[in-house]
Order: sequence, then C-alpha cells, then structure tokens
Amino acid sequence: MAANTKAPVLVVLQLSGGNDGLNTVIPYSNPLYRDNRPKVGIPEDQVLAINDSIGFHPTMGPIKKLYDEGKVAIIQGIGYPKPSRSHFRSMDIWHTCEPEKVGNEGWLGRAIRDIDPQKENVLTGVNFGRGLPRALSAPGVPVASVGNLETYGVLTGIEAEDQRTMALETFSRTYEPMLGKGPVLSYFAQTGLDALEGADILSTAAANYSSSVKYGNDDVAQYMRNIVQTHLANLGTRILYTTAPYNSFDTHAGQLANHTRLWTQTSKAIEAFYDDLKEHNATDNVVLFVFTEFGRRVHDNGSGTDHGAGGCAFVIGDAVKGGLYGEYPSLEAGKLLEGDLHYNNDFRGTYATLLERWLGMDSKPIVGGTFEQLDFL
Amino acid sequence: MADESIALMAHLMRRAGFGAPYAELEARAKKGYEATVEELLHPETQPGLDEDIMLRYKAEWVNKNALEGQQEEWVFRMINTKRPLEEKIALFWHGVLCTGHAKCENPRQQSLQFDMFRHKGMGNFRDLLMELAVDPAMVFYLDNCMSHKGAINENWGRELLELFSLGVGMDGKLNYSEDDVKEAARAFTGWTVVNAIPRYPYGRYLSKFVYDPKDHDDGPKTFLGETGNWNGEDIINIIVKQPAAARFVARHLYNYFVADEPQVPAWQHTPPQDPEAIKQLEAEYFRSNYDIRSMLKLLFNSDFFKNARFARVKSPVETVVGTTRLVGDFTFPKPGFNGLTLTIRYMGQDLMNPPTVEGWHTGKEWIDSGTLVERINFTADQVGNVNLPGVRDIIARLRAEGPTLSPERLVDGCLELLGGYKLADETHSELVALARNGGEIRTGDAGFPQRAAQMLQSIVATTEYLFA
Repeated sequence: MAANTKAPVLVVLQLSGGNDGLNTVIPYSNPLYRDNRPKVGIPEDQVLAINDSIGFHPTMGPIKKLYDEGKVAIIQGIGYPKPSRSHFRSMDIWHTCEPEKVGNEGWLGRAIRDIDPQKENVLTGVNFGRGLPRALSAPGVPVASVGNLETYGVLTGIEAEDQRTMALETFSRTYEPMLGKGPVLSYFAQTGLDALEGADILSTAAANYSSSVKYGNDDVAQYMRNIVQTHLANLGTRILYTTAPYNSFDTHAGQLANHTRLWTQTSKAIEAFYDDLKEHNATDNVVLFVFTEFGRRVHDNGSGTDHGAGGCAFVIGDAVKGGLYGEYPSLEAGKLLEGDLHYNNDFRGTYATLLERWLGMDSKPIVGGTFEQLDFL
Repeated sequence: MADESIALMAHLMRRAGFGAPYAELEARAKKGYEATVEELLHPETQPGLDEDIMLRYKAEWVNKNALEGQQEEWVFRMINTKRPLEEKIALFWHGVLCTGHAKCENPRQQSLQFDMFRHKGMGNFRDLLMELAVDPAMVFYLDNCMSHKGAINENWGRELLELFSLGVGMDGKLNYSEDDVKEAARAFTGWTVVNAIPRYPYGRYLSKFVYDPKDHDDGPKTFLGETGNWNGEDIINIIVKQPAAARFVARHLYNYFVADEPQVPAWQHTPPQDPEAIKQLEAEYFRSNYDIRSMLKLLFNSDFFKNARFARVKSPVETVVGTTRLVGDFTFPKPGFNGLTLTIRYMGQDLMNPPTVEGWHTGKEWIDSGTLVERINFTADQVGNVNLPGVRDIIARLRAEGPTLSPERLVDGCLELLGGYKLADETHSELVALARNGGEIRTGDAGFPQRAAQMLQSIVATTEYLFA
C-alpha cells in the first residue's frame, strides 16, 4: 500500500438539510437582519463577533477560537446559478457539479479515480455513514462506506467468532474463482474481495488508536472520531467524508433550540477532531471542508426558516489562510434573488481551489470547467 | 427431491413477483405453470390487501405526506400482496416512466401515480401513456406545466420520446429529430395542473390535471412525418404505432423480466442480446394492439424466459422484499419497518426517488463495494435468524429428510429450499467442505438449526445469489 503519511488529505463534513447561513455567520449589526428575523434572530450581545458587522452563532466558540488562530476560511455567499430549493436536487448539484442536467458521477469519485487510477488502494476514499453519498460515487471507483468503524465488515451479523472466521474464509474462497469468469462475475468478485480487504485493513484502525480527546455521542462526533482513527492508521486514505444525517439542518420549526443543539454538537465535534489530530501531531496535512446544500429564506416563518439559497461554507486546517472569502450577500430587498440571498461565488471555485491547491490535481475535468479560485490555500 | 417444476416455479415467482417460500412454490407447481401465469396476469382474481389493518397500525400510511411512510407502505404491499405481478409491474413502470421525490416532494401525489401503474400497467400501452401525460406528478416533474403556447418547455416532449416510448435510436438510425421534440412539446401546451404549488410554505396537497385551451398551441405541426393540428393525444397515437415503440417496450420488458441488457442509453448502438425474443415481443405488441398483458403472456410462457435463470442481477427492492418473503417476516405492520425500507436505500435504490429521470441503472451497476456489503449482511442476517418462521420451515424440511444428511445433501437441500439456486462447481465444493467441517450432520442435534442457518448464510453471500 502506498501510504505516504504526509500526502494531503481532504475531509468533508456535509451538513444535510440546508444550514441557515444567516444564523451561522450572523450579520448582527445589520438592521435588515433584525427586521427579517423577528422570531428566529440571535441577539447582538450573544453573537461571537469577528468584526463590527458579522460574528459566529453563540455555540460556535470552538470554531471562533480556530478562526482567531487563522485556521478557518469562511466562504461567504457560496452557491450556484439558478438555485434549486429542493434538498435532493441541490445536494445532487453540489455532489456532481452538474447544475443543468442530472449527473451520476460525484466530484470526489472523480478525484479518487485521479489519485489512484490503478485502484491500488481500496481505501483511497472512505465514507462514514450508511449508503454512499453521490459525491463519492463514480463507476468502477471503490469507496468503503462504513456505518460503524468498530463493527464494519462483511458478515458482521455472525456473532460466534470461529463461525464468522470460517464464513469469511469460505467467502473469499468462493469469490476468488469468479475472477476471470466474464466481466460481470469478475467485477462482483473483485468488489467483494475489495470490500473484504478494506474491512480487514480498517479493522486495525480502531484497534491501534488511543487518544485523550473526548468526543460527543452524537453521530457527527463519532464519525469525526472514526475519520481521525482512519487517518492516524496511515492506510493511504486521501478523501474522508461524513454527513450530519437525517436532514437535521432542515430547521423549518423550532429553529432557535434546534440550531443551537446542532451547532453545539458540530462545533464540539470539529474541536475534538482538530485537538485529536493535534495530539497526534497530524494537523499539517489535513484540511476540513464543511458545506451544506443551501442557505435558508431571509425572512423567518415565525418558528423556523424555509429553504433558501446562497449559504456559507468553511475550510479549516493549519494549511488554510484564515479569513473571509466571497462577500457577505446583501439583505436589501432589491438585491435578493427570488427572495433569497444572492450567491456571489460558485461552489465549483472552492472545489477547484481544494483540488488544485491542496490535492494538486487538474480540477477542470472534475468540476466541469474553469471557476475562479479563492486564496484560502 | 430436486424437483424441476418447483425450480421453474421459483424462477417465475422471482421474476413475475418477489419470490416465494417453498410451500407456496409447491402449491403453485401443483396448480401448474401456465395456470399460475394466468393467475399472475389477472391480479383482479386474487384478494387485495386488508387496508384497514395496515392503516390502523400505520398512521403515516394514511396521511401519505412523508416519503418514508409511502416507501414503507409500498414495500409492505410488495411483501404481502396476493397479486405479486401487479406490484412488480408497478415497480417496472416506476423505473421506466420515472418521477422522483427530489422534485415532486409530494409522496401522496406519486402514490396515486403508482396506483395508476397497478391498474393500467398491464393494459394498453397507448392508454398508459395517456394516463401518464395527465398524471399531475409527471406534469410537474417534467415541467409540462411550465410549457406555454409560444414559450415551450421541451422537458416532457423530449423525455416522452427518449425515455418513455421510443428511445434515441435503433438499428443505427435515429428514432426522432430535435424538431420532433419541439413539435411534441408544442402539441402538449395547455396540458397543465392546478395547485402546482411547492411544499413550502403552504404544505403538501394534491394537484389536478387541467387542459387549458387558451394556452394550447393549435397551429399545424409535423411530427414523425405526419402533419396536422396535433394535440397531445395525437402525438401519443403517432408514437405507439412506430416500430421503435415496439422495440422500446419489448426491450424494457426483456431487461426487467428476462435478462440484463446494457443500460438504456446504449440501446441505440447495442443490438438486443436475443434478437429473436425481441422480434416475437414486437410482433405481439402490434398483433395485440399494444397490449402489455399479451406481451407478458408470450414472455412468461416462452422458452427464452424459462431458460434465462439467474440471468439478472436482483435489484435492492427484489433483494429485500424477496428475502423478507422467504423468511416470513413483516407479514404484519410491526415496528422496525422503516429500517427495512432504509436498507433498500442503503443498497442503492431509494424507492420513489430514482437518481434521474432515466431511472436506476440496473444489472451490474447495482453493485459497488458499499452496496455489496449492505446486501450480503442484510440477507445473511435474515437467513441466519433461526427464530424467523421461514427459516424454521427450511430447517424442518431438512430434518424431515432423515436422521442424518450428507454434506452434499445439506448444501443441495438449502439451495433447493431457497428457490432452486445453482452454484458454480468451485463454489459448490467450497460449501460442501464447509458443511463437512463440523463432522457428521445429525438433524436431531440441538446444534442442527444453527448449522443449517450457517449454510444458508454462506449461500446468500455468494456471487451466484446476487442473481435472480
């Protein structure tokens, strides 16, 4: 396995459901913010100000701290033309870089194929969660999708250990002869053996890990821990991905309480992730990208906020030039796009920056064109 | 004990339904193959599901507003229906004449469309396209409600030709031109819906198809070489008489019921693997005046069908529903149902929400390293659970064969009872070796059920079991 411990690694955290950008990086001194958020606004004295116009949500102290250390790039006003307000469609667009037609190849699937065209490492890309996000899928690209690192594997339902060992031996002995029996059976056999090999290798990651960092019990925190465990195991993994599940950021109702809980957990998970890497002297070659499929309506609905456009994203890491990128979208009625914040930089520019300046690859075929890159790397 | 008529029945039930436990296969084999085909083709002769019971237990199946609830309801129907082909054909058309939750965000509306597929899916193809053209979920999904006189939106016009009826081309020729797309779109102007308001902030409610003559472009149009003041219905009438429509329906039926074909976009350049079978189905399409039921009757009774065992990769729905039917679980709307439907999604088929209007890519493309692990672990967990009635039945039948079983017999008995499965020689000898491992196989031993279940688990983990 080509395990280069210092090869650049990209970690992606997807906030599903449409995170409310206006209450994440808050334009607290803008009177239009107060006008539009009578019920779902954050009081000015609670905002963690980063300058005299904007600041973080009160629960984002850990991210504010990293920001103050110059390790956090905030991408303001990120989006794409003709925004879709459907969760699924918009997430698809972010995953495939295809805003016009429906694509079936994910941008990171393509990146993994570029990094490891000969498929020498079945763990070049690893997802944590059930089901593979389309961002990671591309025909013939093996990506391990891990529901639980401690119990990940083939035939994990067999409890008796000797019985499972026997079943796995039978499994590989029945799959191997299928290699070379025509394209379909060969593909299935290779996929099965890849999965077995990936599971075998990954099972060492949890076993060899120790850390003094405590993570929360929520899904995001546990998966961020799994990501660190996998990274520290030096398995040659270059792309790691996880998702805040259940569309949890879809805060149509009860947003103040829900958003507070979500960002408390997410901020703590990111803090633990960073501290854990630091404890293992492994922060220098990891960059974390945090995104969501869209922002939310400018005006609240009395209890929550509905689907909108133009959101914010974060890039975090030692290699990152912290600061503000893009512009904070105007809240003036005349400058909105169909009642939503107007994006001013295309997400494919951020992708291109990550691909070119961090992973060191040609971004054009991956994001489908040339987009203005940002200087956070 | 290997009974060819039961193995053939297992094949028919896997394809025309979602598989069947052994007792049902025996009963159907006794009734006869052709009689079973007739019964499947006429679902109205069998009782429907007791909806009162379903709805009493599952409130979310009543209000039909949540994707998860509607997925559950459909999966429950597939598991428990006495009319398996009715559900199988609805699933077939859902994968061809696609609408997706991603855009519709109205599960109740989509469910009405699936009901339409249940009722019209084996009828006349022309009638089916007409129903589809006025189906509110489709009108919204493909933007025909955004297509206006003088300002057409081509989405529906194009997909109607490309993905729903003709295909881009066949035998080296194109089936229609870009002008035909535009003319079709013009003919369907004014075919719209009322209440096409998205979910927020008003909630979800049903839309209704309306024809707005004021928004209809009544001018002359030339479509596939015929000129007239065509309206939408004329377009469908012209479509269904094309040889390409016969080819399209025949090839889709073949891909779904007989053997995996290449993905639809490749059809233009890749001829059918069994041209003779396609020719027979095309002839039946015209002979029967576009009747799907007649085509299916020919198909199920043909040698090309009977000989095509294990020539298709099971879809995730077939895997989960088939396994659940085999083990006899979820015969009642009990808790845990959502986990079952989520499993289907994790295996790569989010029911009601296909990735694109092209539907799911089938065959080999169901499998990647993530979905394969999901598939193997799910099926192995099910057949390894000796408390489930279907697994207990398999064990009882093996026990009834005598006080001891040879290792070969344990393997072959399990294969038969799972539905006439066949293994490659190498796989078979590995499993016999596994069976031999624990010493003499005494069916009266307390450990026998576990040993049989272990064999079932190793069988469902093979590459062979990925096929139906």
